[in-house]
Amino acid sequence: MHAEEKLTYETWPAEPEKSTLEAKNKFLGFWLFLGGETVLFASLFATYLALKDKVPNPGEAALAKDLFELPLTFVATMLLLTSSLTSVYAMYQMKNFQFKKMMLWLGITVLLGLGFLGLEVYEFNHYVHEYHHTFTSSAFGSAFYTLVGFHGGHVTFGLAWILTLMIRNAKRGLNLYNAPKFYVASLYWHFIDVVWVFIFTVVYLMGMVG
Amino acid sequence: MSTYAQKKGFGATVWDFLTTVDHKKIAILYLLAGGIFFVVGGLEAVFIRIQLAVPNNDFVSAGAFNEIITMHGTTMIFLAAMPILFGFMNAVMPLQIGARDVAFPFLNALGFWLFFFGGVFLNLSWFLGGAPDAGWTSYASLAIHSKGHGIDFYVLGLQISGLGTLIGGINFLATIINMRAPGMTYMRMPLFTWTTFVASALILFAFPPLTVGLVLMMFDRMFGSNFFVVANGGNTVIWEHLFWIFGHPEVYILVLPAFGIFSEIFSTFSRKRLFGYSSMVFATVLIGFLGFMVWAHHMFTTGLGPVANAIFAVATMAIGVPTGIKIFNWLFTMWGGSVKFTAPMHWAFAFIPSFIMGGVTGVMLAAAAADYQYHDTYFVVAHFHYVIVGGVVFSIFAGTTYWWPKIFGTMLNETLGKITFWLFFIGFHMTFFIQHFLGLWGMPRRVFTYLPGQGFDTANMISSIGALFMSLGVIALLINVVVTSVKNVKVGDDPWGDGRTLEWSISSPPPFYNFKQLPLVRGLDAFWIEKMEGKKGMIPAEPLGDIHMPNASFLPFIMAMGLFIAAFGALYHGEHSWSILVIIIGLLVTFGAMFVRSVKDDHGFHIHKEELMDDNDKGVKA
Amino acid sequence: MANQQTNSGNPRVDLEYRRRKSAEEMRYQVVSFSLMIFLTLVAFAAVAMKGSAWFTVPFIILLAFVQVVFQLYYFMHMSHKGHEAPSLFLYSGLFVGLITVLTFMTIVWW
Repeated sequence: MHAEEKLTYETWPAEPEKSTLEAKNKFLGFWLFLGGETVLFASLFATYLALKDKVPNPGEAALAKDLFELPLTFVATMLLLTSSLTSVYAMYQMKNFQFKKMMLWLGITVLLGLGFLGLEVYEFNHYVHEYHHTFTSSAFGSAFYTLVGFHGGHVTFGLAWILTLMIRNAKRGLNLYNAPKFYVASLYWHFIDVVWVFIFTVVYLMGMVG
Repeated sequence: MSTYAQKKGFGATVWDFLTTVDHKKIAILYLLAGGIFFVVGGLEAVFIRIQLAVPNNDFVSAGAFNEIITMHGTTMIFLAAMPILFGFMNAVMPLQIGARDVAFPFLNALGFWLFFFGGVFLNLSWFLGGAPDAGWTSYASLAIHSKGHGIDFYVLGLQISGLGTLIGGINFLATIINMRAPGMTYMRMPLFTWTTFVASALILFAFPPLTVGLVLMMFDRMFGSNFFVVANGGNTVIWEHLFWIFGHPEVYILVLPAFGIFSEIFSTFSRKRLFGYSSMVFATVLIGFLGFMVWAHHMFTTGLGPVANAIFAVATMAIGVPTGIKIFNWLFTMWGGSVKFTAPMHWAFAFIPSFIMGGVTGVMLAAAAADYQYHDTYFVVAHFHYVIVGGVVFSIFAGTTYWWPKIFGTMLNETLGKITFWLFFIGFHMTFFIQHFLGLWGMPRRVFTYLPGQGFDTANMISSIGALFMSLGVIALLINVVVTSVKNVKVGDDPWGDGRTLEWSISSPPPFYNFKQLPLVRGLDAFWIEKMEGKKGMIPAEPLGDIHMPNASFLPFIMAMGLFIAAFGALYHGEHSWSILVIIIGLLVTFGAMFVRSVKDDHGFHIHKEELMDDNDKGVKA
Repeated sequence: MANQQTNSGNPRVDLEYRRRKSAEEMRYQVVSFSLMIFLTLVAFAAVAMKGSAWFTVPFIILLAFVQVVFQLYYFMHMSHKGHEAPSLFLYSGLFVGLITVLTFMTIVWW
């Protein structure tokens, strides 16, 4: 099958994300990349855990149990979890060759992702101004902002990626050239959610437990 | 659209290489750039040996000496050994599995240019206020206090080139998993392909910790964070762990492909199937696996505690087992074979005792209690040079000689090749054997000079004379390259006459699409099987058809250059007001190029069946 | 679960089959989403109740792993055929990552 071919509902293959050699390579290569990303985030988690609550002046500086609040983390988690489901819906519509519906679900995913980012910006701002917990104030601060910020950076990049794909392909619909791109972008989005599951557990919930 | 290589002007050739996505040309770029960095790193080594030749020497100052040893190690590992091995992987691996290119030709080019710009950035430190001076391991306790921008160059340069390496690793993995020719099962893959596979997997998992370590160091030095600032709660042991979680697998990233190269050479020139092929594969995978569980043996004296030291000591010694399996398999490959002593075979033959010596001292160092004596002495220096020179550098010389005809279409001179071997082999043992004893006598590593009359004088002089021999060996190789390139006597498909694997079944150098028809692989040593049955070439696995090829692109160069620019901004962050602007401009260039790449469709082009048939009549010239 | 190209000679029927199959799968996705939400709620509740840390911490980590399995196998389709290499490399990455975390929690001190 050629990537440029115009396809219809009837001729659309069952696995559009793997129907050409280029697509198969992209699919595999991206999973390999996620394997590497796993180690990257594990290293950041490890660093965070080693430096958690390590501040120059214990007693004065805010520690994890002083900083974090359940409601904010909960809302952020719900936003990101839901965006994971909506991107599953988008891929479901992609496999059904329903371009408009796919775009709709991707649009919702982007909005939810933006909401998550907004909360994160608010949260960082809150810590800086209320608790003087900054990137440079302590090793704890450096490790916290680096881990959570790396995740936030991934969210930002994922949003930019999905938006670029949406805008680029808005006029021309689905084909075997762009279907794997959408699929891989959605994998990335799910991976961001996987990382967040560990962040809310290890950083926020465990932080509050003490 | 198809572009057949014709006689081109110099400018056109340069442009061709700047934009190429062909794995064979990228291989040449890797070999060229890696070779240049090898010479630079070699010069640094020569300076070290000149400085240490006599006691109380002041050939270089103490500060300059620190910079030279740091850059020697960093250059040799990151910018010479790995890229040259990447060159072989690029040149040979796709041919060995019967593929027309790698899985991601565009990313392949991007990987090269990232490595190249990272390496150039690192070396620019010499001209911009001083090179890094905290050793190639750049321990944080030293590095965060280093004055000037040396460490910043190290951090940013390695970050950029490390990104390129990671991309290369992913690319090789995807290629091997997805693009093997019909019949090429995993257990029929040549051993060089297998070692490329495992080394790439190690790259995939080992480079992210380095990336994180470098990011933390960058934040600490340039953006005011406190990861390693003990007064603010930081901890420098974190750097040691992150560095060695990367650093130890890195040793296997280097040495496994070397094993692969020697495996090819042993079976080719013994004219015998590799002995114990499946145990070789098993040993390769096992070394890769164990390679991730031994990193703390570099940190025995850090004070991790007896339990941790014991675990890591035992794990380290366990690696000796699969390595021993390999050594015996190579010996048994030669046993009963009809051995031909070509220049590559000289290297392979010398590799076995040299590498075993490195391995034996490795087991000595793995005994944690004894390591307290050896640590930071010349014994360690001798050990890792026996492993890396006796294993990796020998394999680079061997591979260069062995695959030169396949890559460039002409044979290196055998006599000059053997002269190179003897000069280098004698020089190598002269330089490093004596260093074991220097270490045991108490000479610490990384000192810029020593006093006379401590018993170090003669040994150091011998060592330095050895370095001279090694330099002469390298010069002989360079002469060889120039002479054979000028003569340029073209050779056929299988110039050694004993080729076993698929790369020898196509012309030298191969046409840009590699295989007109994908070959059908009927067993291990696919080409040998066909030759033994009296056939001239491989049986095609598909009818002649159109071939899909990727378009050349200048974007990889631009993306890498953007990061190069941004790195300058980060380097001078907090010193000049324009630095933020430079960071933004650099990142805009990179992300802009990425944006163009994702917005502009690139479907590649097709070589039509008719053109391929025309080639049939004329004989392929690419 | 992977979609075969042809199950019957009739492409029309085949298409219907595929549609139904993927609609069914989408229902599983929604079920696993609900479970993930539920697990998240349980984790947050466990912390809000302020029980013993010796129980809460292992418990919420376990929940996180269960939830990630749902993400990987349902949302990211790792349960489908053709994910052998992805699983191998993801688990290898996880293995290296867990060793790293273990190290940093045990032998990085003072």
